Amino acid sequence: MKGYLCLQDGTTFEGKASQHFDRNVQGEVVFFTGMTGYQEVLTDPSYKGQIVVFTYPLIGNYGVNNEDGESQEIQVSGVIMYQCAEIPSHFQARKSLGAFLNEQNIPYMTEVDTREVTKAIRAEGTQQAALSLETDYLFQPTKTHQIEQVSGEKIDTYGEEGMHVILIDFGWKKSILNALLERGVRVSVLPFSKIEMLDALQPDAIVLSNGPGDPKDTVDVLPLLKKALEKFPAFGICMGHQVIALAFGGDTTKLTFGHRGANHPVKDVVSGKVFLSSQNHNYVVKEDSLNGTPLVPRFYNVNDGSIEGLMHDTKLIMSAQFHPEAHPGPKDAEWLFDHFLTLVKNKGVKTHVS
Amino acid sequence: MSRKVLVIGSGPIMIGQAAEFDYSGTQGCLALKEEGCEVVLVNNNPATIMTDHDVADVVYCEPLTVESLTKIIALEKPDALLAGLGGQTALNLAVELEREGVLQEYDLELLGTSVHSIQKGEDRELFRGLMHELSQPVPESEVITTIEQAEDFAEKVGYPIISRPAYTLGGRGGGIVHRPEELEELIATGLKASPIRQVIVEKSIAGFKEIEYEIMRDHNGTCISVCNMENFDPVGVHTGDSIVVAPSQTLSDNDYQMLRTAAFKIVSELDVIGGCNVQFALDTESRQYYVIEINPRVSRSSALASKATGYPIAKMATKVALGYTLDQLENPLTGYTYASFEPALDYVVVKFPRWPFDKFSEADRKLGTKMRATGEVMAIDRTLEGAFQKAVQSLDTKIPDIQNPWHHLDKPTDLRYFAILHLLRKGESLETIHEKTKIDRFFLHVLKNLVDLEKCLHQEPLDEELLRQVKICGFSDQEIAHLSGISEKEVQKRREDFGILRHFKLVDTCAAEFEAATNYVYSTFAGVNEISPLRGKKKALILGSGPIRIGQGVEFDYSAVKAIQSLQKQGWTTIMVNNNPETVSTDYETADRLYFEPIQKEIITSIVDHEDIDLVFTSFGGQTAINLAADLEAEGMPLAGVGTDVLDALEDRDKFYTALNDLNIPYVSGTTCHTKNEALKAAEQYTFPILCRPSYVIGGQGMVIVKDMNELKQSLQEADDRHYPIVLDTFMQGKEVEVDLVADGENLYLPEIIEHIEPGGVHSGDSMALFPSKLGDEVKKTIEMYCYKIVSHFSYKGIMNIQFLLSGEAVYVLEVNPRASRTVPIVSKVADIPLVDLAVRVLASDEVDLTSIPKPVFDQTAVKYPVFSSYALTEVDHKLGPNMKSTGEGMCLGKTTEEALRKVFSHLPNGHVVRDSCFVEGDSTFSSKDFDEWLKLEEASIYVNDGSSSEDSERRIQAVKNGMTVFSEKATFEAYLQSLNCKDFVPAPLPGNKREGVRS
Repeated sequence: MKGYLCLQDGTTFEGKASQHFDRNVQGEVVFFTGMTGYQEVLTDPSYKGQIVVFTYPLIGNYGVNNEDGESQEIQVSGVIMYQCAEIPSHFQARKSLGAFLNEQNIPYMTEVDTREVTKAIRAEGTQQAALSLETDYLFQPTKTHQIEQVSGEKIDTYGEEGMHVILIDFGWKKSILNALLERGVRVSVLPFSKIEMLDALQPDAIVLSNGPGDPKDTVDVLPLLKKALEKFPAFGICMGHQVIALAFGGDTTKLTFGHRGANHPVKDVVSGKVFLSSQNHNYVVKEDSLNGTPLVPRFYNVNDGSIEGLMHDTKLIMSAQFHPEAHPGPKDAEWLFDHFLTLVKNKGVKTHVS
Repeated sequence: MSRKVLVIGSGPIMIGQAAEFDYSGTQGCLALKEEGCEVVLVNNNPATIMTDHDVADVVYCEPLTVESLTKIIALEKPDALLAGLGGQTALNLAVELEREGVLQEYDLELLGTSVHSIQKGEDRELFRGLMHELSQPVPESEVITTIEQAEDFAEKVGYPIISRPAYTLGGRGGGIVHRPEELEELIATGLKASPIRQVIVEKSIAGFKEIEYEIMRDHNGTCISVCNMENFDPVGVHTGDSIVVAPSQTLSDNDYQMLRTAAFKIVSELDVIGGCNVQFALDTESRQYYVIEINPRVSRSSALASKATGYPIAKMATKVALGYTLDQLENPLTGYTYASFEPALDYVVVKFPRWPFDKFSEADRKLGTKMRATGEVMAIDRTLEGAFQKAVQSLDTKIPDIQNPWHHLDKPTDLRYFAILHLLRKGESLETIHEKTKIDRFFLHVLKNLVDLEKCLHQEPLDEELLRQVKICGFSDQEIAHLSGISEKEVQKRREDFGILRHFKLVDTCAAEFEAATNYVYSTFAGVNEISPLRGKKKALILGSGPIRIGQGVEFDYSAVKAIQSLQKQGWTTIMVNNNPETVSTDYETADRLYFEPIQKEIITSIVDHEDIDLVFTSFGGQTAINLAADLEAEGMPLAGVGTDVLDALEDRDKFYTALNDLNIPYVSGTTCHTKNEALKAAEQYTFPILCRPSYVIGGQGMVIVKDMNELKQSLQEADDRHYPIVLDTFMQGKEVEVDLVADGENLYLPEIIEHIEPGGVHSGDSMALFPSKLGDEVKKTIEMYCYKIVSHFSYKGIMNIQFLLSGEAVYVLEVNPRASRTVPIVSKVADIPLVDLAVRVLASDEVDLTSIPKPVFDQTAVKYPVFSSYALTEVDHKLGPNMKSTGEGMCLGKTTEEALRKVFSHLPNGHVVRDSCFVEGDSTFSSKDFDEWLKLEEASIYVNDGSSSEDSERRIQAVKNGMTVFSEKATFEAYLQSLNCKDFVPAPLPGNKREGVRS
């Protein structure tokens, strides 16, 4: 059966429709250039509601396993591929990617020239798109506040002992929790709507998670958040990084087509070193908006010079626009967790070298 | 500050060290020049592009030994040494120069990775220690220096065990020991092969997945992984002999990142500055992995990774060695991103090795830890099926019929891939094949898809859907026609009717994330076209020569690249098509656009149509390119040079002899035979020995001298249909000479004559040769006259090679090659005459007056010599004959022939001085020992035996196995003795260097 990917600018791409293509699906269309890591991408809450295009043509080769999901379910609304391996080959594989998507009623399309789709997105920027059996799809007004769809309701605690870290949930990835647990701390996941409980919990530090959509969707909690940031050492990742900037009076803006993939070089101005990072964001902190705030850029993107991370000039607050927890992608920035937790332990030490 | 940098090349092409180092070296030298350095290059491989003055300022074709390099360093006084581009040869020399204090004495800075780090990476024991320090798992192993130690180890861990001699290239001297009986011979060979008499014995982890990473690192500690690759063949087959896929296909992100992180840890600890290859073995049932080895330099794998991704590793490695950091260097493909980024592929790449077994039917085809391939091809597509098929099409060889398929699976051979297809066709289950081979089921599924499609083609009507499907999976029109039983024309027509067209896509390092400025293109049927034809008034397509193999080496890449450069100078837009990832011609910076594709009629015509090419050049890509000329002409393609009727008249012996008769030129007469019976009948007219030569072959493949009827019968048995007509010639004794000339249809330019040292009957590619020749003026005149007659008779335009036999006073024509030959780079460099440029100008109708070019003046004599990779093919008798056996060639220059010869043989001891260093069969002057006893002597080095009995053959093989230099022709040994008359030698650069050199 033929299916179509219809972009809002009118471009359509034909492909082979999957089993659950019976309803139209609309979402923001984004591309991912990593050659591995499809399971992590599909289950990452930051991709909530998006239609993901995999540029690498052979997807699903190693199937889907019980270990590499970033959340309990598939978060994306639709998937575009060239090939989706029917018979996976890996000792951990429990099912094929196609079966996994079908089980959760996620429509997908194969035999699409994903390179052409990528070029269309590159040229016209991130936009709404739809998976449909027809070429004349009528676009609906877009949904906002994706964070609310992925952030939990209750507080869960993981780990037995060690420092107590609160992971503020804007749509957290399992790997952030794992990265913290592996370093011997106790972690409580706190929905962002319950930030007022921070005082009562008295954590040693807070980590602000990744999340989908526009960081300005958090505008209501920013004053509370700022108070918390002034009290507790904090580390923001992706959405968490943007929210920290907003809380201190900075501003964010939308990139033409975002940064996604596993090969984004980031330069650390403190060490002068460059490392590769895993990224997934549409929004970015505006550098000039930081004037007059206590935040200073620490990381820059080597390709486009955009801000990739911040530090506070007096407090133990740091942030990364990329994903130091990896999954998918390189683990070159994992040291940031060690760095942050060490600083928390030796409280009072400044985070930067100036 | 301008620095003078000494670059060491990798020397002649050998198995394990091929054209990839010409590619890396050329890129490196150009990068040095871009940074304002003066480049002094030492490389005794004349067939390379890097030994051209466009690439290096001063070029020394001198021996790659410490002695010779020290002399050059004393003469040139360079500021720095770059050794990371010349393979194991250069790296070993750098280590030795350091050890002998030469670097210190001349205050020579070693650029890039330090000697200390190189040793840590290359010395097996130091490396193992380092891995333990870093908690990186390595297979249980032990460094041994005696056979007894190896036995103890095998006892402890159990068989099989792997033997890896330290500091060797291409796994030289190594192998797998399956049984105690095999241990002694293999370990003894290994100890001898290792320059430090050290072998690591290792528990076998055969069956694990083999994964490689190509890492770049700068002095600031920034690391990137340019590419990872997965071997189709599990651990147990040398990676150079493995089919390799990029990127990895069966690794989860977790696996991928685990190994990438491990690679970074190792490369950082070693403080590598430049490129480094890290090889891993990964269990198929757990996440257990082992580090197999690292290569702290650019390598065959890095050349492959560069071509697979578009990331120019050698260029960046050179700049990093000069002190740049990766984030300071722009990525030239995008012109937007920086070198500190990791390529993302949106296609898949398959590398397939090219083995020499079509030339050595007697060789053992088993593959193991010792590399045996002479070259490789690469293919790009958007499906793995397509990439596999394009790779096989690029091999340019006939796949032999598979007789006993399981034999190729029991122990892997070069035919395993084809045997698997064969078994799948017969309905064998994938699971059984997996059990036997441990090849990942994912890859076997791809092969199964191909076999299923073959079946469909055979059984079902060729409708639109099926046709589209098989084109996406890489079937050629010819194969489709063959399988579905309709004509190729009909397949073509249906494709056009259905609109199933070959489309072209870009290799851009970034999966279309950024706009790229690249000119690197591949074709596919999966997806739409995104490549517009290049703009240009005059557009030329140059056909490359495909994989490096015996008889068709890097010299043909030289011609192709020179042709491109010449055309560009004359204002042409140039387009290259080739499939060899090791070469300069497939560097996307060489031509204005590169099509990385099989050299095949269907693809060439689609490129010509797509680009609207004005002229197709078939004479600069060896036999591969010229063999296509007739087919292309039949398709109406615009070929440069003479028509295929002329080519045919030169290659078809009957027509050629008729012409020679008309011209009154003597030739060694022969009979053309179209069948086996014809040949046997014709042989009755001759007195043996007879020379038996098949048609349309490379490097005298299948060519033999037969002594009697039985031998003739046997050799005809081995010839296949493609080789007919077969020509039987009287085998005439004499001296062989050859010329390379350029003609414009009327006039010709002939720089000088090449004179072979070994007598006729030895393939020209395997003989040593003098240039210019020492022939008398009379003979020279006769030869030139014959050349002139041939050229004007055929109104020949372009470049041509003619071979002659001199017997007594008479000059006979042996054969004509209407294309650039193997010796073109030698003639061009020694005579300092740009032969290819002249030929291209004639062909592209540029005004060039061949008669006005002065004859070259020679103040040096060059000696060209063949290099045999006998260490990789120890079971093959390397007796010289009409079938070419050498994998590469070297060249040295001298004021006298003696001096040049002295340089050629400088790695050998003086047989007059060192007792027992030579053993001459039937002559006890040099050694009076018994042969077997002599072999065991430490001094034993040169074995001379020109006999043709099976015992002689056995002894030569024995000597090769023991690491001896074997001379199988008296003339070669005499040349060696002649070289001993020269006591010392002085390095001398090639003529024509940019700077008036330090000549002493």
